Amino acid sequence: MNTMKQFYFAAAALALALAVPALTDASHLNMAILVLMAAQAGIAWNMVGGYAGQVSLGHAAFYGLGAYASTLLLVKFGVNPWIGMLAGGFIAALLSLGFGWSCFRLKGHYFAMATIAVAELVQIFFTEWEYGGAAVGLYVPMDKQGWLWMNFSTKLPYYWLALGLLVITLAANWWIERSYLGYYFRAIKDEPDAARSIGVNIARYKQVALSVSAFFTAAGGSLYAQKELYIDPNSVLSTALSIKMALVSILGGVGTLFGPVVGAVVLTSIEEFTRIAFGGTGRGTDVIIYASLIIVIAVFYPTGLMGWLRSFRERREARAHADRQMAAPSAAVQTLGKEAS
Amino acid sequence: MTTDILLQTLASGVLIGLIYALVAIGLTMIFGVMDIVNFAHGEFLMLGMYSAFWLFSLYALDPMITLPLTVLMLFAFGVLLYKLVIVRIINAPMLSQIFTTFGIMILLRGVAQFLWKPDFRSIENSAVSGTVKLLGIQLGKPQLVAGVGAIVVTGLIYFFLNKTRLGAALEATASDKEAARLMGIDSHKMFSLAWGVGAACAGAAGVLLSTFFPIFPDVGANFILLAFVVVNLGGFGSVSGAFWAGILVGVIEVMGGLLLGPQYKTAIVLVLFLGVLMFRPQGLMGKA
Repeated sequence: MNTMKQFYFAAAALALALAVPALTDASHLNMAILVLMAAQAGIAWNMVGGYAGQVSLGHAAFYGLGAYASTLLLVKFGVNPWIGMLAGGFIAALLSLGFGWSCFRLKGHYFAMATIAVAELVQIFFTEWEYGGAAVGLYVPMDKQGWLWMNFSTKLPYYWLALGLLVITLAANWWIERSYLGYYFRAIKDEPDAARSIGVNIARYKQVALSVSAFFTAAGGSLYAQKELYIDPNSVLSTALSIKMALVSILGGVGTLFGPVVGAVVLTSIEEFTRIAFGGTGRGTDVIIYASLIIVIAVFYPTGLMGWLRSFRERREARAHADRQMAAPSAAVQTLGKEAS
Repeated sequence: MTTDILLQTLASGVLIGLIYALVAIGLTMIFGVMDIVNFAHGEFLMLGMYSAFWLFSLYALDPMITLPLTVLMLFAFGVLLYKLVIVRIINAPMLSQIFTTFGIMILLRGVAQFLWKPDFRSIENSAVSGTVKLLGIQLGKPQLVAGVGAIVVTGLIYFFLNKTRLGAALEATASDKEAARLMGIDSHKMFSLAWGVGAACAGAAGVLLSTFFPIFPDVGANFILLAFVVVNLGGFGSVSGAFWAGILVGVIEVMGGLLLGPQYKTAIVLVLFLGVLMFRPQGLMGKA
């Protein structure tokens, strides 16, 4: 997508997002919040997993660090959640150095499996850490409410918060995509040896991608804690969550700006609707539909919905081009005919 | 800590490690032959467990008797899965491969929950139950039989790979796909064979576990991460490596649990895993 198209797409999406609260009831508004939060986490994952091509399956570690950092700071020290969110982001970015140090010397499958192991270790740590609530989890106190304390008893403000965070994350991603960082990330993914040979410090830029990604993932985690008012290792640190972040991007299209947004809309809707329609039976019908969808997408649409749209458009353009080619000689023949007559 | 407890822990570590080895051998075979990490491997084990459970509770057939039947069923299932799904992602990007087998994992769990409910089930009073005293240490008979069974199945796999033409063809494909193809070995046949044998190994492990481990749809989650660790330690694609690494992981897990508390046993194995990944990515026993 070129810049103008990106701009129009973003403007249309933003207009729609601004209109959503007026168009929906409370239960659908909650779903809209889930979509925005999934999209934000997907974009954050996409920075390192999509653009730089380092498939992390352990991003829940950063999400959980963000959620635990802001919540622990608030519960134990009364620190404002806005500051907690920033602190969580920086803590996650800092700890991503260790994450990167241990995983980046590995490639492909090995990297993916190592990230699972690191995230599992983080989850085990928080499950056993008494001060951090252990397996019981932590409640976010509701005594101080309002925008200053990022704490509300209605859903609507969380919608605006989620939208705001999504827009900021998108803007950061847009800036990265256009800056030299974006070129380096893509070079790491597609041509690591060529990039190294012209002097790009691969290790450093992998780490930059991971740290930026960790920062925004953690911010999403903090928002999750403030919205749900309760966190435990299972809800913010599970491997299933890591997978979901990656899946949102893959479904939409890895390494594209709006791919995770498209993916989040589709995936979260399907997840929520099947859960509402079939989840109550406790028989796993929703899981079966969700899993079948994952397999179909992974097998038949490896470039995601954005890739599918692009190939659709390319085919159409190729056809139009072919038509012009067909038309051109006949026009030439016509001119020749005119000249002859 | 007395020597008795130490010996007992060591023995139970070795016995559970033999099961880990069997699960990991299937995983390492699939990876070795076609470079795909099968996240659904724990679910093959789960299917093996349910097969043993239903044959026992519906027809009163003991798991040890139905073992060959379950192994055959899982073999067929593995081949079927290859022909239906995996064959389409052989040349797909790694991301698609990961998410395909991951999707299969969730799908099989969902199907198991749909068909058999999320309840915990167990096989009570099978032919092997109770304990036995060996050289002064108390061991559960089911664990002992499972360990011996795992050794027998592993031995058969080893024999198949090293002494039969088909097994040799499989090994050849694992070590060099292109060369094997040029020698006239049909790679698709080898791939489906690897999935069949891989699933059969996990299924056999499931049957052996079923006499002393709870049976439920998500049971595979307990084994998949350990199986990854074992495969890494043993060196990707190495059957004998996976065998020894399985025993090692079993012992480390149980010993770690004894020394630091059972809640940290997985953490110890994961730290070991990361350590090996970082400093010896070719595995403890793999060649550099």
